[in-house]
Amino acid sequence: MATAIDSKIPAGNITEKWESYKGHVPLVAPNNKRRIDVIIVGSGLAGASAAASLGELGYNVKCFTFHDSPRRAHSIAAQGGINAAKNYRNDGDSVYRLFYDTIKGGDFRAREANVHRLAEVSGDIIDQCVAQGVPFAREYGGLLDNRSFGGTQVSRTFYARGQTGQQLLIGAYQALSRQVALGTVKLYNRHEMLDTVVVDGKCRGIIVRNLLTGELERHAAHAVVLCTGGYGNVFYLSTNAMMCNTTATWRAHRRGAFFGNPCYTQIHPTCIPVSGEYQSKLTLMSESLRNDGRCWVPKKAEDRLKDPRQIPEEDRDYYLERRYPAFGNLVPRDIASRAAKVACDEGLGVGKSGLAVYLDFADAIKRKGKAAVELAYGNLFDMYAKITGENPYETPMRIYPAVHYTMGGLWVDYDLMTSVPGLYACGEANFSDHGANRLGASALMQGLADGYFVLPYTIGSYLSKEIRTGAISTNTPEFEQVEKEVRERINQLMNLGGSQSVESFHRRLGKIMWDKCGMARNAEGLKQAIQEIQALKAEFWKDAFVPGSANDFNPELEKAWRVADFIELGELMCRDALHRNESCGGHFREEYQTDKGEAERDDVNFQYVAAWEWGGNGEPVLHKEPLVYEEIEVVQRSYE
Amino acid sequence: MKLNLKIWRQGGKYKGEFVNYPNLEVNPDMSFLEMLDVLNEELVSKREEPVAFEHDCREGICGTCSLVIDGQAHGPMKGTTTCQVHMRHYHEGETIVIEPFRAQSFPVIKDLVVDRSAFDRIIQSGGYVSVNTGQAQDANAIPIEKEQASHSFDAAACIGCGACVAACPNSSAMLFTSAKVSHLALLPQGLVEHQKRVLAMVAQMDKEGFGKCSNVTACEAECPKEISVENIARMNREYMGAVFASDKKMV
Ligand SMILES: Cc1cc2nc3c(=O)[nH]c(=O)nc-3n(C[C@H](O)[C@H](O)[C@H](O)COP(=O)(O)OP(=O)(O)OC[C@H]3O[C@@H](n4cnc5c(N)ncnc54)[C@H](O)[C@@H]3O)c2cc1C
Ligand code: SF4
Ligand code: FES
Repeated sequence: MATAIDSKIPAGNITEKWESYKGHVPLVAPNNKRRIDVIIVGSGLAGASAAASLGELGYNVKCFTFHDSPRRAHSIAAQGGINAAKNYRNDGDSVYRLFYDTIKGGDFRAREANVHRLAEVSGDIIDQCVAQGVPFAREYGGLLDNRSFGGTQVSRTFYARGQTGQQLLIGAYQALSRQVALGTVKLYNRHEMLDTVVVDGKCRGIIVRNLLTGELERHAAHAVVLCTGGYGNVFYLSTNAMMCNTTATWRAHRRGAFFGNPCYTQIHPTCIPVSGEYQSKLTLMSESLRNDGRCWVPKKAEDRLKDPRQIPEEDRDYYLERRYPAFGNLVPRDIASRAAKVACDEGLGVGKSGLAVYLDFADAIKRKGKAAVELAYGNLFDMYAKITGENPYETPMRIYPAVHYTMGGLWVDYDLMTSVPGLYACGEANFSDHGANRLGASALMQGLADGYFVLPYTIGSYLSKEIRTGAISTNTPEFEQVEKEVRERINQLMNLGGSQSVESFHRRLGKIMWDKCGMARNAEGLKQAIQEIQALKAEFWKDAFVPGSANDFNPELEKAWRVADFIELGELMCRDALHRNESCGGHFREEYQTDKGEAERDDVNFQYVAAWEWGGNGEPVLHKEPLVYEEIEVVQRSYE
Repeated sequence: MKLNLKIWRQGGKYKGEFVNYPNLEVNPDMSFLEMLDVLNEELVSKREEPVAFEHDCREGICGTCSLVIDGQAHGPMKGTTTCQVHMRHYHEGETIVIEPFRAQSFPVIKDLVVDRSAFDRIIQSGGYVSVNTGQAQDANAIPIEKEQASHSFDAAACIGCGACVAACPNSSAMLFTSAKVSHLALLPQGLVEHQKRVLAMVAQMDKEGFGKCSNVTACEAECPKEISVENIARMNREYMGAVFASDKKMV
């Protein structure tokens, strides 16, 4: 049965924990750092910032990415912005308020101490990025501009046109490139990590595949940090880049790292709706659009297919403004998504599929002028027009929720260490500070906080005990064994010789997940989903087909390995969703809702992080980290 | 609608040749890459090796996709990456010729996939501000004129795709390199190292074997982010200034 696990939260008042931790954490002397090897897997915001910062400190760093360049990481696609409690607006923001908003936005399922630390370092991130040359939006006076995002009543979001992730990643990539030139970081692009190696209970290295030659390589280090992003693509269709996958985190899980809250998925309310069977991915329309766009559906079902401009005001239901007057169109994502689903379930969805609502800018254009709207959202409008062939300056956008972000991930303690000593997880790859729902513009903040300002301190606490270890050899039975297992699995995939493409399995998995473990879930559906996924897994290992060779550049083989991991993760997500008999944030169980259709938490029985241990071929084992709120009073979340 | 594809294949059983794929059934709402997905699904179902091509974000920001489509890098539309091209711009029965980005410094890896790591090495040679984590002052300590910041941004919008190189008859990397030089030179943060930076980056660019610029401006025309050739002019000025300054220091 479940055992409690230790999150190593420092003692003391919430506002003093991090300061006092930093003051007391053991340090590694500069001459010793040179003798310590650290592996960073991933070069997104979390990985690039961590690799650069550890390189600057003097550690020997190796950074791996399966991309052809670190700058391609999925972080590049983030549009809207990054939060920081700078209070440059003088609108009442503070570290405490950012902390509070994040805990509340996460529906009281995040760890207080981590979230407070995140809010504390948020301002430093903006300073660092500006110093690197990140061209954030500015006002006419030359100072930085801000916008508001969902779930808050202050303007604390810094942005760089609609390309904030791109500019932040370029900043981190440049810092990383500088360390590569200085020789502190060795970069391995087009290398995919396929497993971790644990020696005497500590993570000591990884096995990677050179994607150009197919060769397997062993790399050893005193600590390994996974910054490998989220697993939203388990749903097949999502706003994530096509290559995002769970392989690194899932393989680490199978080697002993607990998986935290796998069922917490964020469904983003404003995405371009699905248009056909061939669809390969979904495109996000940034949340920032809800600053000026108004969500509505027709009040009468017969107006569904009418030209929206012909539908008079009195026949429109601005459902967010009606249901949540205090926050209006800026309610948090989970609430906005569910409201769109409710409208469509009632038969009021627009467009051919009936799975879309309007996001209307007519009022904003009237109020501010087209030029101002274009300045703020021009590139998003262009993107919409390119994809749909419609002009959003003239007719309202059609949008629908889509899978966007995974709050779940590898369970980590206050140090960002997983349950395997020496193995860390940062960025979207960890189960994170966002609880059951992430607020907009907080993922970029968390990824960079982890990499620039948290890990460089916390990893010292472990590495200070490693200064006498000496170089770690890859010539050991443990490395040999893991490499052998990896090779066997590759051979197995290459030799499947079945009749169905890997892609088709991924699509089927996605459909099961979306239908039964998506925006709304229930026990019956989840039980079915688990059975269907088990059957799919068996079928995959009997009837999939992988063309090409293992000793060559072979994207189909890469995909096959990733999809096989996704299938296993999908089952765990369903199990987690099934066990959590409550609704919270992005996890909405139909059986647990208030009269008004809002999520109904069960704080008595479920105020904990579910950390799952790999159960081999048996059932996974649940461990619980109780969430203790010392600072914040846990209440029913309301945005009315 | 039905379309014919003529695709460059290289590696495995192909020596480097065009292969025809006639009569592919295509939905006009598909993206160009979704069309290639459909082709690949068909090939896999016939147990043939699919066409290797690179892509990731599929929304025009990561710079991973490439392809020369009917002779144009990233296809026919201005300011658009390959992944943003939709099939509604094509007509029944058309033949589309698809090739990799060709340049000596971008060796072909397989089919339509090329190695663009030379770009990373150009950035490593100096495309950054030398500031360590924790050394920064308050973000609002240096006001920057909105206009100036916006100019810098226009250059920083480069996605590192390499279309400029593929479009250039000399395979020059001037547009890419000058975009980074400009992004940083236009900001006070980047000014301190601007001379050292431009010298190092130009030297690396030459070392990678990219060609010289002869002002054809095909790069700007095919750049999906519409990076302006003014950046090249700025880089040339920066370079001359830096050479002059370093000459002076030597005397
Ligand atoms: C369209 C979109 C818009 C968004 N907009 C915002 C926004 O406005 N604000 C905000 O705060 N958040 C936003 N987000 C969320 C945010 O972008 C991500 O959560 C964040 O960037 C993740 O960063 P990361 O460093 O953790 O991972 P990633 O950027 O995904 O990087 C993962 C890295 O790991 C590498 N990798 C993975 N597996 C392996 C392996 N097995 N071997 C080797 N390398 C591996 C990859 O190559 C890559 O370098 C958005 C997300 C999407 C999808
Ligand atoms: S300058 Fe334009 S074409 Fe060249 S790499 Fe940058 S975005 Fe691509
Ligand atoms: S796939 Fe990212 S720019 Fe085309």
